[in-house]
Amino acid sequence: MASLIGYYSLNIGFSISFLIIFFSIKNLTKSKLDNKIIFSVFFQFFFVSLSFLGLVQSFISSDFSNETVFNHSHTTVPTFYKISGAWGNHEGSLLLWLLVLTLFIFLFLLRSNDQPKKYRILTLLFQQIIIVGFFVFLIKTSSPFNYIFPIPNEGLGLNPILQDPALAIHPPILYLGYVGSSIIFSSALAAVVTNYISSSWAKHIKKWILTSWIFLTLGILLGSIWAYYELGWGGFWFWDPVENVSLMPWLALITLLHCTLVLEKKQILTSWVVILSIATFTLSMCGTFLVRSGILNSVHTFANDPERGLYILIFLFILVFLSIFIFLFFYKSEKTTINSLFWLSKETSILINNWFMMYFLSVVLIGTTYPIFLEVLSSEKISVGPPFYNKLIIPFLVPFLLAMAIGPKLKWIKSDLENKLSLILFLIISLLLSTFIIRNLDINFLINTILVTSAFYLFLITLKDFFSKKFKNLSQNLAHFSFSLLILSILFNNFLSTEIITNLKINETYENDSLKINFEGIEQRDEQNFKAIIGKFVVEHNGGQTDIMQPELRIYNQPNIITSEADIKTTLYKDKFMTMNSVQNQEYFNIRYQVKPFMIWIWLSTFLISLSGLIGFFKKRYEN
Amino acid sequence: MRTKIFPISLIIIVSVIFVIFYKGLQNSNVYEPQIGNQKNIPVFIAKAFETEEIFKSEDIFEGDKFYLMNIWSSWCAPCRDEHKFLLNLSNQKNLKIIGLNYKDKKKNATNFLNELNNPYDFIFNDTDGTIAIEWGAYGVPESFLLHKNKIVKKIIGPIDQNSLLEIKELIQ
Amino acid sequence: MRFLKFFILILIIFNFNLVHAKTKNLDEKITKNLRCLICQGQSVHDSDSEFAISLKTLVKKKLNEGSSEEEIYNYLKDKYGEWILYDPGFSKNTYFLWLLPILMFLIGGAIILKLFIYKKN
Repeated sequence: MASLIGYYSLNIGFSISFLIIFFSIKNLTKSKLDNKIIFSVFFQFFFVSLSFLGLVQSFISSDFSNETVFNHSHTTVPTFYKISGAWGNHEGSLLLWLLVLTLFIFLFLLRSNDQPKKYRILTLLFQQIIIVGFFVFLIKTSSPFNYIFPIPNEGLGLNPILQDPALAIHPPILYLGYVGSSIIFSSALAAVVTNYISSSWAKHIKKWILTSWIFLTLGILLGSIWAYYELGWGGFWFWDPVENVSLMPWLALITLLHCTLVLEKKQILTSWVVILSIATFTLSMCGTFLVRSGILNSVHTFANDPERGLYILIFLFILVFLSIFIFLFFYKSEKTTINSLFWLSKETSILINNWFMMYFLSVVLIGTTYPIFLEVLSSEKISVGPPFYNKLIIPFLVPFLLAMAIGPKLKWIKSDLENKLSLILFLIISLLLSTFIIRNLDINFLINTILVTSAFYLFLITLKDFFSKKFKNLSQNLAHFSFSLLILSILFNNFLSTEIITNLKINETYENDSLKINFEGIEQRDEQNFKAIIGKFVVEHNGGQTDIMQPELRIYNQPNIITSEADIKTTLYKDKFMTMNSVQNQEYFNIRYQVKPFMIWIWLSTFLISLSGLIGFFKKRYEN
Repeated sequence: MRTKIFPISLIIIVSVIFVIFYKGLQNSNVYEPQIGNQKNIPVFIAKAFETEEIFKSEDIFEGDKFYLMNIWSSWCAPCRDEHKFLLNLSNQKNLKIIGLNYKDKKKNATNFLNELNNPYDFIFNDTDGTIAIEWGAYGVPESFLLHKNKIVKKIIGPIDQNSLLEIKELIQ
Repeated sequence: MRFLKFFILILIIFNFNLVHAKTKNLDEKITKNLRCLICQGQSVHDSDSEFAISLKTLVKKKLNEGSSEEEIYNYLKDKYGEWILYDPGFSKNTYFLWLLPILMFLIGGAIILKLFIYKKN
């Protein structure tokens, strides 16, 4: 029943698209925005929500006559995961995409009353093109409401690695970020057509850039946290294609954000802002294509279906060609501009930011897609993994961090560096500090000292600014500060992490010069849809401190998959992390014990970064 | 002139990317290395399953006979499925089946063979899985058809009706 | 001249570094650079699959036999193809992979520089 409602609402929502397009075109030459349009946009959103709720309800009530529910649910799955299962699969997640698309365009219309009418209508039209594309994709290739007969008694079950709180809310938040960029795309195209790329457009679109950037940051953070405790090896970022795919629009968004700051002040870089706006959404779509088509090998695999891949590919390139066409045809370049650029000014520092960001973006983009190109052109298959990214990104972080510290101190148009002395003084302090720290660690000296120095430099300068600037420009300062904190935490986490991998039988003890791990025993527990085998380990440190670690193996009944749950003891300074794995045909278990310093700071600083976005969002006026 | 070059090259680049992605879609994303084919078989030293004597691979794989090298284990469920096909193949006169017992316990493996019959002419032991890596294998089960010290065919996963027929055809 | 001095200084410091570089955890370094072929998206070091466990044993064995890092990579490349290495290395297959981002960086720099040079004219 719910499934049926969902199916019909989806189709009604689809037909409303044509109504909207019809009304909008009719309204194009009028002076006032027709209320009918806003109503129909609302109704489209309403019917898509209804359709989405229909799917969720089918999941809750385990209605296995629905193919999606049958494939991704089971009666024994806890209700919370039944609900999250609704968007944990290809079909449902696309419906969620569509829901966010319609929600955002509705909000856009409500919140853009002060904008030119033609621009609003055109934005709506471009957004409707995207929405129609997704409707067709959903209904044609991946309908979430397929009916099966005879009705199966039981579903196939939900993949256990998706049965996790962080991963349950990760997709919606990430999609808010991805889809938010569609508004930026449509409005940039509309602004090009109406020749409205200006400071007032920049002010208006900045809110949308911030919105999608905040959600994207949070989404990536959640995904990372999940990978950390669920994948069982204590890493939080592996340069996996799926991670890269979310990082690319993130980088484009943050570049765009900085660019609009310039555009707010001056009529320069307009073409660049447009290109970035188009690129952001294109990258989101490109990411969707790479993940959903199964063209890449990755931890996250959705059901691979070449037809779907082909559809997204064609749709993606229609959008790309459309935007190229609009850009070339309508875009009028600025005339007065470049003369006013002085080498030492905030504009320059933002250009430098853009320069580095684009470099990082190209590293990630090329690293992710290169294997596809190579395979097609020479049918050889290579992997591009963490060493590639580390080698190309880390050296460039040094100047980038330094520029991040100095850039915000510059003024618009023409500036002089004030307090040169204090800037140099801080550099010396951070150099001494990091030399002192790195010397005591057993690692490669030079490159790490330079890296840590630049990170400390940014850290100290931004820290000082919290006090000296008295919270003026708080969001910017907080963002840069948190970024330095993030880099520092990652660096020291890398330097100081220790790991022990060993095989232990029950009652055996592992011992080295700093600690002793005693495997005391295992107990079994039956849960709703899995059996848990919980190990009990006593870790005695040389200082006399002891921890009891209880990593877990979960044997899920449907589908029959074993997952291993890490036990993590978190403190402000370090995480202690233990996983246990059964080894085929052996009595012993494979034990992995890690001490990972500053893990919580990695999460916290990323959270602070998105918080700074939120502060920026609510700020009335961006600095003098 | 200059204003024309930019849009044209942009469109060409985008089109090329489109074509490559399109072609990439048609490639299978399940990775099966082609390099295993037509390669010399690896040289290794291993213990025999029953006698625990040390054997060199040269002693087993001689000249121009056909061999089927099968990696198996008693704990692997698909190995049970493919066992009937191995038994079927063991009736072929010009084919010798060599087993590589992967990360197994002797007792379990012996039980497995007693229960399902033994299709193997000879079995090697691979207690830590390193010999399987010499063969470029991913896990169990996996089979290699050998002729004149070359790998003629590689079957990843269990042997099924199709691969059985294919093997029979190849050894004719 | 100043640039040359600077360059030599960097060279000396780097060499000084090499002396200090450790070989203690070479097997960890190697296994972190190997793709666990059956688990998709995990390195051999991070995985606990049968395949990864065997590979870890093999790497240790090879190191004890005195193989160098390079030899182990070549050995595995021969068995499983370049796909197994996370670090693609600099070869005819990967010129573009390594150089394209650097090229992008240089082009970006050139564009920014041009903005300022135009201004003077």
